[in-house]
Amino acid sequence: MENLEALHENNKMNARVRKNSIWKSIFFLSTLFGLVVLVILIARVLFQGASWIDLDFITGRLSTNADRAGIMGAILGTVWVMLVVIPVTLIIGVGTAIYLELYSKKGTIRSFIETNISNLAGVPSIVYGLLGLTVFVRLMDFGNVVLAGGLTLALLVLPILIVSAQEALRAVPGHLSEASYGMGATKWQTIRRIILPAAIPSILTGSILSLSRAIGETAPLTVLGIPALLIPFPNGLFDTFTALPMQIYYWTIDASLVAEYANLAAATIIVLLLILFILNSVAIIIRNKYQQRY
Amino acid sequence: MATNSESKFNSAVNVSELIAENKKKKSINNYMEKLVPAILFLLASITVLTTIGILYTLISQAVHFFMEVPILDFFTGTELKPLSQNPEFGILPLLNGTIFSSLIAILVAGPIGIMSAIYLSEYASDKVRRILKPLLEVLAGIPTIVYGFFAFTFVTPLIRSIWPQVEATNILSPGIVMGVMIIPMIASLSEDAMTSVPNGIREGSLAMGTTKLETTIKVVIPAAFSGIMASFVLAISRAIGETMIVTIASGSSKNFTFDLTQSMQTMTAYIVEVSGGEAPAGSTLYYSLYAVALTLFAFTLIMNLLAKYISRKFREEY
Amino acid sequence: MNMATDNKVQIEVSNDHTTTENNTTQKRVVYDTKNLNLWYSENHALKDINLEMKENEVTAIIGPSGCGKSTYIKTLNRMVELVPGVSTTGSIAYKGNNILDKSMNVEDLRTRVGMVFQKPNPFPKSIYENVAYGPKIHGIKKKALLDDIVEKSLRGAAIWDEVKDRLNENAYGLSGGQQQRVCIARCLAIEPDVILMDEPTSALDPISTLKIEELIKELKQNYTIIIVTHNMQQAARISDRTVFMLNGEVVEFSETDQLFSNPKDKRTEDYITGRFG
Repeated sequence: MENLEALHENNKMNARVRKNSIWKSIFFLSTLFGLVVLVILIARVLFQGASWIDLDFITGRLSTNADRAGIMGAILGTVWVMLVVIPVTLIIGVGTAIYLELYSKKGTIRSFIETNISNLAGVPSIVYGLLGLTVFVRLMDFGNVVLAGGLTLALLVLPILIVSAQEALRAVPGHLSEASYGMGATKWQTIRRIILPAAIPSILTGSILSLSRAIGETAPLTVLGIPALLIPFPNGLFDTFTALPMQIYYWTIDASLVAEYANLAAATIIVLLLILFILNSVAIIIRNKYQQRY
Repeated sequence: MATNSESKFNSAVNVSELIAENKKKKSINNYMEKLVPAILFLLASITVLTTIGILYTLISQAVHFFMEVPILDFFTGTELKPLSQNPEFGILPLLNGTIFSSLIAILVAGPIGIMSAIYLSEYASDKVRRILKPLLEVLAGIPTIVYGFFAFTFVTPLIRSIWPQVEATNILSPGIVMGVMIIPMIASLSEDAMTSVPNGIREGSLAMGTTKLETTIKVVIPAAFSGIMASFVLAISRAIGETMIVTIASGSSKNFTFDLTQSMQTMTAYIVEVSGGEAPAGSTLYYSLYAVALTLFAFTLIMNLLAKYISRKFREEY
Repeated sequence: MNMATDNKVQIEVSNDHTTTENNTTQKRVVYDTKNLNLWYSENHALKDINLEMKENEVTAIIGPSGCGKSTYIKTLNRMVELVPGVSTTGSIAYKGNNILDKSMNVEDLRTRVGMVFQKPNPFPKSIYENVAYGPKIHGIKKKALLDDIVEKSLRGAAIWDEVKDRLNENAYGLSGGQQQRVCIARCLAIEPDVILMDEPTSALDPISTLKIEELIKELKQNYTIIIVTHNMQQAARISDRTVFMLNGEVVEFSETDQLFSNPKDKRTEDYITGRFG
């Protein structure tokens, strides 16, 4: 009798083990699901757009004629906007991070600013667009120019940069600043000569990642009224511009009018993804190369 | 210093005296020590100014709107006809679109995200996890405009080939694609919650002869429950604020309907449509932008605070 | 009122040591600690410390972990303030000026008093830049002078020959012992009067330790050295006088030979004979 019972138990155990391995496969397939969609997405875009990419497409001006349309204006627009975003986010972002990590005492002001930053990170990007429209485009009367677009996107990605710069500063070991203070260095000397240089690789990595977020953003630009079909290239902060994601947007929604526009959108997506891929690779290379051995 | 005063050194120079002399005129250093924290504080306050700017922009402009459209009519109106002769501004069609698209997204991302989290946290070897996790994060790094293109030109036609009643612009396809976009968010936040469950709890269960599946379902998930919940709330908040996918793939019909095959407009898509349509500044239409944006802002803020509240409670558990 | 008590203590302290210090009386007192108490928030870490340290001597501070020896040495250049919530009473006179006074400029103090830390902590910069750091922050900019200072300091720390051909390489490429000597050179570069050493060899192998000990004996001719060590043999080998601390108090302070051969206090005897700690 006892043997039978044991056998019975055993069978039940087998069933449980089998159930476990079935679910393990289901969990694994779920993990793969996202990746499969990613592969399909990239394959689809490549399939549709790759044949449209050539030198004329990259260097050409915009045109309603799909065969002659190029994206140089959008590339230049994106570059100009980034020329605003990079210095603005770096100065404000790193400055804020230094203040929070190294100057502010743990307490109300610090936790107030930090809570505020984490809430800002959750604000939808389109709301930043309205902020930019109201403050930069209308109130300051810049119009829908590079500066307005750049400042709007800078405010949008600022929380990301601040948080990563804070982490970078926190990762600098205390014994380095101790050594500096021990030599009679002042606080600012220690920060400028020891802490900041040691944190710079990680800060750069974080800033590249926030930059790539800014490059892909579309919604705030649509709110600012960034035009789609713009023939002249931007030449300065107060020129109107268009950007890569805006180009993709208009070509996608107009694809129902001119079928080739979908291909142009796909080709532009390839260029955009390539830029993001290169930026992210650079970020990873910097991180791996400068991982400090303190 | 006597030990090594070799002839080549300029013995006339006494470093400590030189330093002492420099210290007497160190005015710049003293100045910097006071100036720098002040400058940094000003830089840090820009983030606070941003919040004030957002609140002020939204509220001050929305007030104009509510002077012309009563608040109650706005929040209970089922008709949104901003451009008609007798314009009506009810937000319910937009809430309808927002809630539907977010609901579809979370129905896709919830189960898949949490199952991915279970695999990564409980089953995958370190090596596999190190490969899969960054790949999954790539999904979160793809610009939303690309997802919009994908939903509109690939997923919608695919759905229509199976289910012909689905319209060319509809809420189903962007909902699904948005779900794919937020999978990594749920997966990685839930995985964090599960990995922070102490191993002792896990081992205690496994030692009683339970399988990994049983331990995961009965022990790990309940212990990580609030962390998982927080990831859901954050993901929903992200979906509510998402703009480009729904703008492109769901069109601009302001339908107040439960029919997924139809075009619906979300709050975010409305903002894009109206602001892109050169609404004359000062018109009710223009101000309606801010009323909708304020509602959107309130929704996402509440969700984010809720997520923070849940995860703070969760941190106290161990 | 304070003055009165202070004077009294000073007299007591000097009485205590007159018999053992006949040969050192002509040396100037560098650090004169009186009634020093220190708290980390609620934790009373240093209790009524009274000590006199003299120039061109090596003073070793020994005692079991947590006895307050590291806290005390970090009070001597006020590095202890980097820990939040520290409060003190009493006074430490450095060449006659109370360094615990609010008007004391800590940067000036730390320029006069160098410090070598437990774990070698060179900056992630070249060897040259490590040594030139101090002179540079104190306003010395001339390249030729900096070159001289770097060479002199590296020679002074007995590491010049090992690194002279790779001054521009990162200091992290050196061994632990070499890194520690670069840190000592970095300290020498601004020609301090006093060098504080907080267990400088505890992270090093025996050969590197020996080199640093020899260096300390050499540096004694020009510097006042105060060294915290958990290694009693080290204290006995290199120091002129030794302080034994226990639970935040000074138990015994006398010439090193005397303290190790003929301890006055039972607790000192127990510690040096290995009965506890």
